[in-house]
Amino acid sequence: MKLPFYPGCSLKAQAKNFETSGIAAAHALGVELVEIERWNCCGTVYSLTGDDLMRQVAPVRNLIRVQEFGENRMAVLCAMCYNTEKRASLRAQRNKEDLEKMNAFMDKEEDYRGEVDVVHLLEILRDEVGFDRIKDRVERPLRGLRVSPYYGCMLLRPREAGIDDADRPRVMEDLLGALGAEVIDHPYKSHCCGSYHTVDDPHLVARRAHAILSSITAHGGEIVALSCPLCKHNLDDRQELVAQLYPDFSKVPVVYFTQLMALAFGLEDAMGFDQHYVDPHPLLEEKGLLRKIKV
Amino acid sequence: MEFEISGDELVNKVEELSGQNIFSCYQCGICTGSCPFAAEMDLGPRRMIASLIEGQVEVLQSNTPWICASCFQCVVRCPNDIDIAAVSEALRQMTQRRGFDHIDLSHIPAEERERIPQIAFVGSFRRMTR
Amino acid sequence: MSAEPRIGVYICHCGTNIADNVDVQQISKFAQGLDGVTISKDMMYACSGPSQQEIMVDIREQKLDRVVIAACTPRMHEPTFRAVLEQAGLNKYLLEFVNIREHDAWVHNDRDAATEKAKDLVRMGVARARLLRGYEEKEIPVGEEVLVLGGGISGIQAALELADADYHIHIVEKEPFLGGTMAQLGLTYPTLDCSTCILAPKLSQVERHPRIEILANSTVESVEGYVGNFTVTVSQKARFVTDACTSCDKCTEVCPVAIPNEFDVCLSKRKAIYKTFPQAVPAAYAIDFDTCLNKSNLLVCERCMEVCEPQAINFEMLQRTTRKLHIDTIIIATGAKPYDPSSIAEYGYGRYDNVITTLDFERIYAPTSPTDGDIIRPSDRATPKKIGYIQCVGSRKPNPALHQHPYCSRICCMISIKQALVIKSKIPDAQVTVYYMDIRAYGKGYEELYERARRAGIRFIRGLPGEIRENADKSVTFIGEDALLGRMYSNRYDLAVLSIGLEAQEDSRDISSLLGLARDTDGFFIERHPKLEPIDAPVMGIFLAGTAAGPKDIRESSTQAKAAASRASQLMRKGVFRKEALTAEIIEERCTGCKVCEEICPSHAISVDGVAHVTDALCAGCGLCTAACPEDAIDMRHYTDAQIIAQIDAALTEKPSEKVIVFTSYWCSYSGADMAGTARIKHSPNARIIRLLCCGRVKPEFALRALEKGAGGVLMATCHPGECHYERADLEARKQYELLKGILREAGIDDSRLAMEGVSAAEGKRFAEVINQLARKVTVLEPIPAKKLDIARQKLQEHKKDLQRVI
Repeated sequence: MKLPFYPGCSLKAQAKNFETSGIAAAHALGVELVEIERWNCCGTVYSLTGDDLMRQVAPVRNLIRVQEFGENRMAVLCAMCYNTEKRASLRAQRNKEDLEKMNAFMDKEEDYRGEVDVVHLLEILRDEVGFDRIKDRVERPLRGLRVSPYYGCMLLRPREAGIDDADRPRVMEDLLGALGAEVIDHPYKSHCCGSYHTVDDPHLVARRAHAILSSITAHGGEIVALSCPLCKHNLDDRQELVAQLYPDFSKVPVVYFTQLMALAFGLEDAMGFDQHYVDPHPLLEEKGLLRKIKV
Repeated sequence: MEFEISGDELVNKVEELSGQNIFSCYQCGICTGSCPFAAEMDLGPRRMIASLIEGQVEVLQSNTPWICASCFQCVVRCPNDIDIAAVSEALRQMTQRRGFDHIDLSHIPAEERERIPQIAFVGSFRRMTR
Repeated sequence: MSAEPRIGVYICHCGTNIADNVDVQQISKFAQGLDGVTISKDMMYACSGPSQQEIMVDIREQKLDRVVIAACTPRMHEPTFRAVLEQAGLNKYLLEFVNIREHDAWVHNDRDAATEKAKDLVRMGVARARLLRGYEEKEIPVGEEVLVLGGGISGIQAALELADADYHIHIVEKEPFLGGTMAQLGLTYPTLDCSTCILAPKLSQVERHPRIEILANSTVESVEGYVGNFTVTVSQKARFVTDACTSCDKCTEVCPVAIPNEFDVCLSKRKAIYKTFPQAVPAAYAIDFDTCLNKSNLLVCERCMEVCEPQAINFEMLQRTTRKLHIDTIIIATGAKPYDPSSIAEYGYGRYDNVITTLDFERIYAPTSPTDGDIIRPSDRATPKKIGYIQCVGSRKPNPALHQHPYCSRICCMISIKQALVIKSKIPDAQVTVYYMDIRAYGKGYEELYERARRAGIRFIRGLPGEIRENADKSVTFIGEDALLGRMYSNRYDLAVLSIGLEAQEDSRDISSLLGLARDTDGFFIERHPKLEPIDAPVMGIFLAGTAAGPKDIRESSTQAKAAASRASQLMRKGVFRKEALTAEIIEERCTGCKVCEEICPSHAISVDGVAHVTDALCAGCGLCTAACPEDAIDMRHYTDAQIIAQIDAALTEKPSEKVIVFTSYWCSYSGADMAGTARIKHSPNARIIRLLCCGRVKPEFALRALEKGAGGVLMATCHPGECHYERADLEARKQYELLKGILREAGIDDSRLAMEGVSAAEGKRFAEVINQLARKVTVLEPIPAKKLDIARQKLQEHKKDLQRVI
């Protein structure tokens, strides 16, 4: 199946490994993520004020890009982009008056009709590929790897945008289980990492990261899987600051769930484990997961 | 920032911007109880709403809406279905629209600015600057 | 009665209530000039003794044969004036009551407009009065057989009251033993009485009472008929143990099957042969056949039989027996279900060992508990020293996404206070903290118990936890905000107790369909009137008792049960019951036996064999059959087609385009309009209300007639979906509405003149808003060309013909 794909800015820069591993893993399952043309920055966050239509325009323009191609679905990997685009698409459907105003404003674009659905890759994997097929595709089961899923906020909340139950999500656990990993649950899996406060208050982020990561290690998790470039920055890159503030802190590698898929599928060139602050290689080698598979 | 605004005007504007009826709050405390940043805030979401209900204009000076990260945990748990994150945003907007920026880039050291992904900048500018 | 009606019209001032805003003398003069009016007067207070006398004298001296009273809402005084007519020798159905207070004087500012409206309303009233007929009310014999559905405290109390009044009671209880939830409790508040100790004597009384038959292990399969003539089919599962059982308990010692004991909320095990508690009634033990080894009808295990000295165990019993009972009145006492907090992920019930509910805790501290009343915590059976309670679990949460209930469950504050005191008395150095939003200690002795709890050092912290976390040692931590101190807490407890509420039983929907009962949005059974008739179900002869009608405690349940007994007793004491004559009437010459009426009747009151027959006792008067009949072969007594058309014509005599004909349902929108009046919510004076029992009565022809007469608009003011007094008549009403909308559109007519809005009995404000909206809309519409209306009428006829063809 072919799906129009919206990468968002980060996936072209700091989170390139997220994109590479995501596209490759999807491809291995017969899902072609086709990048849409002339996409723009979605705005990162969904505007919560009722009267600010200007901030709805950017995400809606991306939906028009999809509509222009005669498509009605847009797949996203970055959790923040997913949440923004999803909520913007729902708002455009709900509020016809505002949509008319936006269409009138975007006079150089065709009118957005409100028919594009925004989906996250995890939804596609769960609902259309199926975990059984994923399990079949695994060449190198992640045996012995104790992975803690970290959802963050944007995949689950608010409920209208959630890809799974906000209180008891299962999709990442099921995916990681299908990849053969040992899934380690922990109470902070959907607690906010601090998000954009990494700009104005890195210490606040470091405190959150410390709470989340030490809880993970306390429960036995040895690597974290997530779906957001900002969460990844806060939980991985910020570990330097965490270690400064908390001398007893032990570092934990943090990766995108798609990288683990690439690893399990044997897609050597797509794993991208070089773009991390805390290097995942030692742990993966220790688990024997980086040995080349004999074909 | 000084405001010439009455308690009623404040509430009306906040309700208009957020689309929420804050008076349905019965102060159960579940929002603050669920907020990952409550310990860092001066008021926390519950007292922020209480201040609004009681027309306390000083709430515009509170650090609560600025520490809020729009994580929506309060929204998902509120028994009265109040979008507290939208109320928080409305309070930020009240000062932002009068020309106030909560973030000053010049205060952020250069190396930091290199490392932080642009997604964080865009997000923080959107939420915390005009 | 002479050929020409002789109508007496009385316009009430109601002091200044009406007279201030409506020129009552003008109305009276106006009425005198109407066709058929013999005498017209205005009166200061029509309902006063002297005025009533005056009316009676007028009736006799002027030989009046119909009376029109223009006053307050009929809800107030229709019965008063019906009595006046009867005393004066007239049939009570010859009274027409026109509402010019709640619907007029109280809701319009402009005195002239209000007076004009009153004139219209009186003209409508007189037009109807001309066509009124008298009816004889049927008398239905009522005997002495009572069905009490449910054997908990409410059922037991109701049964004992009625049995002592010499009626015959049949208690049907689905469990093998009576007692209900009260039997599971340890102590009761505020007295801290032992629950089983106060229940047991009642159970004993029930068992030995000669007028009470206990049908345990039984459910109701079907209910047919009506008050005084119910046929109830009861299906009873065998208990495989006879009355010879002496409760020696030897059988449970040898039974090889052990399963989680539901009575002990699975904190203990029971055997396949069991008794829930020693004082349970019926005294004989019961075998849970689904878990017994002999369930495949082969006798593979005889251990219990071998040790049973009185030889009370008999596997030969038929697994199920059915009985048909003749019943005269029914009491519903089916109870409520404790809320299961497993769906509240952040509290960890079901995942964390040491998070339990208040009901679980009852089965720990109760003297008959698996621990003999010792307070332990589940993970290691250790004595907990620090216990935290969380209030409002499952209750007071309007947000539907949380899967809890919006209402307050009433009993949970007191249960926690009670349990906290029990803990302090058994574990003096225990620390108990209750996390709450509000403490509701409203009843007799309740506030005093709350004070006692505080004085005992039990802590009350305002601020519900956001989540509970389990620690490595299985203790739990509450995370939240202490609203009183204004700071966060992260408090560790050995044991967490969730104070759960009540919800409607799972089978409440089945029971409501069996009996034609209505349930509210929370699934509890609805009473006939929330303030003045809180015991009667809307169906005649059925009464509600206990938590089946909403959360309440034991004292309130007992009170309601005794009230239900009193109501049932009153009904049965007279031996007969008079039914209002507001029933459907078949015009046999026109009936083709098509059965559309039989199918559509929500009361199952019509049967067709060649022609349709209506069982008056069952007919509730909704009028669905009249609107559905393709031959117009059914009319409604006291709400006839001719009367409705006459009211429409009368309303539209002058300046029709300014008027909106509003069809209202007495149970909902008519009362909603009354509510607007009581609350003095002003709105535009365009509405001309026609009172019906249900909007299901509205035939599209009525609306078309209104449009043909030039009405500005037509409004069907119904109930809200799911709240219909006649089951789902609102759905049928909507069908007729959609049909007419479609026909108008086909005929090229702007269908926005026709509206349908839901207005409940409590929604005065909404009624006013709806009228205002419609008034604004219709005053700017172009008049409808007569030709188009002709086309519409033709299409309606065609539709009816099509219907006939299909059938």
